Amino acid sequence: MRVELQHISKSFGRVWANQDLSLTFEGGQIYAILGENGAGKSTLMKILSGFQSADSGQIVVDGQAVSFEAPTDAIEHGIGMLYQDPLDFPPFTVLENFIAGRPGGFFPDRQAARGILLDLAQRFGFDLDPDAYVDSLTIGERQQLEIMRLLSLNVRVLILDEPTTGISAEQKAQLFDVLKSLAHDDGLTVILVSHKLEDVIELCSSAFVLRQGRLVGQQQIPCDISTLVAMMFGKIVARQERPMSDLGDCVLHAERISLETRRLVVEDVSLDVRAGEVIGLAGLDGSGQNELVRVCCGLLRPDRGAVHIGGREMTGQPYHRFVKHGVAFLPAGRLEEGLIGGMTLTEHFALTLPSRAPWVNWIRARRTAGERIERFNVKGRPGSPIQTLSGGNQQRFALSLLPSNLRLLLLEHPTRGLDVESAMYIWEQLLRRREEGTAIIFISAELDEIVAYSDRILVFFGGRVTLVDDRADMTADRLGELIGGRM
Amino acid sequence: MDALASTLRGIVRAAAPIVIAAQGELITERAGVINLSLDGSIMLAAMTAHVVARTTGSLVQAVLAAMAVGAAVAFVVVFSSIALRLNQVAVGFVLTILCADLAIFLGKPHFNQPGREIPTVPIPILEDIPILGPALFRHNILIYFSLILVVVLTLYLYRTRWGLTLRSIGEQPAAAFVRGTPVNPLRYVYTLVGGSLVGLAGATYSLSVKLGWKEDLAGEGWIALAIVIFGLWMPWRVMLGAYLIVGLRSIAINLQDSNTIDLPAQIINMLPWFLMIVTLLIATSGVLHRLERFTPERFRPTVHRFLRAAPPRAMGTTFEKH
Repeated sequence: MRVELQHISKSFGRVWANQDLSLTFEGGQIYAILGENGAGKSTLMKILSGFQSADSGQIVVDGQAVSFEAPTDAIEHGIGMLYQDPLDFPPFTVLENFIAGRPGGFFPDRQAARGILLDLAQRFGFDLDPDAYVDSLTIGERQQLEIMRLLSLNVRVLILDEPTTGISAEQKAQLFDVLKSLAHDDGLTVILVSHKLEDVIELCSSAFVLRQGRLVGQQQIPCDISTLVAMMFGKIVARQERPMSDLGDCVLHAERISLETRRLVVEDVSLDVRAGEVIGLAGLDGSGQNELVRVCCGLLRPDRGAVHIGGREMTGQPYHRFVKHGVAFLPAGRLEEGLIGGMTLTEHFALTLPSRAPWVNWIRARRTAGERIERFNVKGRPGSPIQTLSGGNQQRFALSLLPSNLRLLLLEHPTRGLDVESAMYIWEQLLRRREEGTAIIFISAELDEIVAYSDRILVFFGGRVTLVDDRADMTADRLGELIGGRM
Repeated sequence: MDALASTLRGIVRAAAPIVIAAQGELITERAGVINLSLDGSIMLAAMTAHVVARTTGSLVQAVLAAMAVGAAVAFVVVFSSIALRLNQVAVGFVLTILCADLAIFLGKPHFNQPGREIPTVPIPILEDIPILGPALFRHNILIYFSLILVVVLTLYLYRTRWGLTLRSIGEQPAAAFVRGTPVNPLRYVYTLVGGSLVGLAGATYSLSVKLGWKEDLAGEGWIALAIVIFGLWMPWRVMLGAYLIVGLRSIAINLQDSNTIDLPAQIINMLPWFLMIVTLLIATSGVLHRLERFTPERFRPTVHRFLRAAPPRAMGTTFEKH
């Protein structure tokens, strides 16, 4: 089956999630859709699977233009999608999940459905008890169930969104065998949405790379992992040489941090940061960068390891204690975590300014808001609700809220979604803080940003880190290899 | 023997409206909508049934009118949630107060007037079974309905495709949507069905259990709401919860009359609520989960099925595809 996406565009508000994307998928092949968070992969696949509709463009299946109002329309045309968070019903049994959505009579034929399920399970070597409850299964097993359900509905194009996140190595090997067999023996089209390059290289024959909603190109595989990295992250500008400012005392001493989350195991990460130093955290999304940053400000508690701030052991202490000791954290979710949607700029200052009085000193809050708005060049009025500001102005405002003498500033994607001018402004402010002796640790998906501003780089891969402190290693090829998991 | 049979009969009878209302709310919540207006809508429906029965003389019309009232109130809840994006809890609270006051205001002329009663229809042969016969088979049609409803609803939820769909939209509406289920239309349908059952519960009060229209129905709706939680959203357990509460209540009244034990009736009246909190604590604390680990492998699925307890995950939320 041949599926073509022609000139697909989709926007959310002012942001283009997909801009004029044209891709063709042939039967019997395994494709990868590559791109960083926010590159538009998920949106495109939701359009192809009928979950969302495109603003413009069309989908052509075997030469016929089709339009999907709902996922069931896509399934009728043989296109089925496995969502990243399994869309199933945890309190139901495996069999009930399999039956839900299958055509049939008022009283479902459980025996027949059980037969189909067991036949499919046998073919693929899945070990699933039809009477087990889904909430007792692993993510990998829930995926297997969903794959069998889609195949039983005669799906010819199988889309998988980040299927290897949160499953065991054996399950991954089994999944890949099944996908290869489906493509090569049955002639199905398999589309893998991923940002795990090693999976893509292992499984796929061709990759489409998206960046900021646009198609960067199609790359035949096998190829070098760094070729894919370069396509995903864009060109790397040369590093700006700048005088190394004098480094001060050790500000952060993180020792053998280990922790386990639902999706990831972070192991033995150690890091020493001195005053005035800028550390860039690179790596594909979800490789452990966010966990490390959150451990360093007390938002996550490590399973093992210790965090010292300014020579004082702070492991396991709450966030506000870290704040007291001069640590600040600007999360990527500006309106979700960093600022308070619905509150005005003045109200933010009223909340932030230190005060022991039980009442709010509105005069001071308004005056400070006015001053900082001017100083940080925020386009907004003291009385504007924060969500009415643009992303760049929100980020400037978030910076203006920080206290002046910080020891350590942690940032997640400080310039994500900002235009070039705003990004430059943000970095001007950050570098000024660096001159004042604040140590900065930032996460970024833009390699050129990391290379341009970092004194040292920590590259994350699957919860493990490699420290890059030699200038000579700060090149696209070397970092690309590290990000892709080659040592 | 006779005393036991008549006590059981009294419990089945007195609990019937709570059983019906709670099953209605169970259907609603299973579909993902929470209708908090029960307390007021039961009163309004009870008053309506009483007044319609008195003025038209038709019990059928009285029952239908009460069901229509319950469905109308439920419609306000589901419409304001899906179409107007209002908070279901807030709307439910407001409706509770509004309906209760409306019932008192509109029912004033008919207050304490003799009500009409639905005739008792004993079922031949079955009524002669010792104890169970009188307890279950000497009632009127609404009480029978409360028993049949539990059986039918259990079969519907767990044995039919539509029941599976009903559970799926309250659990994970996005997954139901992907499988081709019209989530929001079905939420309308089930909320209206649930609401009409709540109205029927009101009619069961004024035409059978507490004849006539008085204001002492206030509080019954909250009990029904609490019992849905206590019964962990399963028809059988919800019914047992209703019988437990009504049983304890009648014990409290008997104690008060007999003066044998010097225990304030309020203490016994409090017992069911205390039990409810303990049940919820056990259900959510993970103790049950640990208990499962000690059961032999063979019985584990059975034990799991019996102990599993979780509210419909999407209850009180709205669904729209992004």
